[in-house]
Amino acid sequence: MSFSIDDLNNLHLDVLREIGNIGSGNAASALAKMINKRIDMAVPIVQILPFEGVAAILGGEEMVVAGIYFLVEGDISGNIMFLLDIASSKVLTNMLMGREDMSEEFDEMDRSALQEVGNILCGSYLNSLSALTGLNLKLSVPSLCIDMAGAILSVPAIQFSQTSDKVVLIETLLSEGSYKVKGNFFLIPDSNSFDKLLESLGVYM
Amino acid sequence: MQRVIKVGMADLKVVIEPDVLTTLGLGSCVGIALYDKYKKIAGLAHIMLPSSQQIKNNSNPAKFADTAIELLIQEMLNQGAVLSRISAKIAGGSQMFSFGNNGSDLMKIGYRNTVATKEILAASKIPILSEDTGGNHGRTIEFYSETGDLLVKTIGHGVKTI
Repeated sequence: MSFSIDDLNNLHLDVLREIGNIGSGNAASALAKMINKRIDMAVPIVQILPFEGVAAILGGEEMVVAGIYFLVEGDISGNIMFLLDIASSKVLTNMLMGREDMSEEFDEMDRSALQEVGNILCGSYLNSLSALTGLNLKLSVPSLCIDMAGAILSVPAIQFSQTSDKVVLIETLLSEGSYKVKGNFFLIPDSNSFDKLLESLGVYM
Repeated sequence: MQRVIKVGMADLKVVIEPDVLTTLGLGSCVGIALYDKYKKIAGLAHIMLPSSQQIKNNSNPAKFADTAIELLIQEMLNQGAVLSRISAKIAGGSQMFSFGNNGSDLMKIGYRNTVATKEILAASKIPILSEDTGGNHGRTIEFYSETGDLLVKTIGHGVKTI
């Protein structure tokens, strides 16, 4: 039997939320170490949405956002996407490089820094998942794209669409002083990996 | 009054002059704009995947190139369009992310969507008048039923009418 996102119940959501929580916590610590500042984190919001609804959360399909995409390999396969609005992206690159750049331009250094942050955050998330499930999971190098939200989201939406019309979205809020970074993780297991993931977490129906 | 009607992801709509169809933020998806220039009937589909044949979850015909084109043509014929007069313009099919040679087939989905769209249009004997496909950027398109013009807007790659 193949499990689809439509079958997720509250228990599954709680588990995903808890993974989101631990993963974001680890991600926040990693980021704090890197910039040597205190990073606060809000409890992540886990939602299951029809993919039409996702772009709206980010400010509409034409809103420019940064998406960092990874392939996941190992015991389960799939993808992780980390999505940030432009303001949050700039806050992150400014934090990393210790400067106050208010422009909305992203040069090579900014892009590289963003990919690295994405790498740390998604890596922490995946490590938490790996530790909790005992599954061996490997993350690919990151691929960054700064473009319209609709266009970037079409990539995970297409992947989800092969099994369902809904997506699992984990929204994380990190802050350093008055700077806020709102990031969205999309967890996209391949169709057969979803069963395996929930089974490893002990919540398979 | 000219209305602007939005076509969502895995969605399709048909309008008659003077209305405008739009779809926002096309990435790897393909926008298929069909037009009967005598009746000024315009149809727009926003497809996500090449074929309904390979997937179990295929209840929405507007999601796939094959079933969406078939349904779009049918809805245009219902409005009075004539098949032999229908022509097409297509946009989208980008590869937003790349992973060198390690990328799975899924990373080439934009290209596969474009190829499938062209094959199905050819099989339906619908000529493609123009296209703006491929690359690695998103597109917003507006399709004008008065003229059959397809306006393509991008972030950092300009605006053009095809």
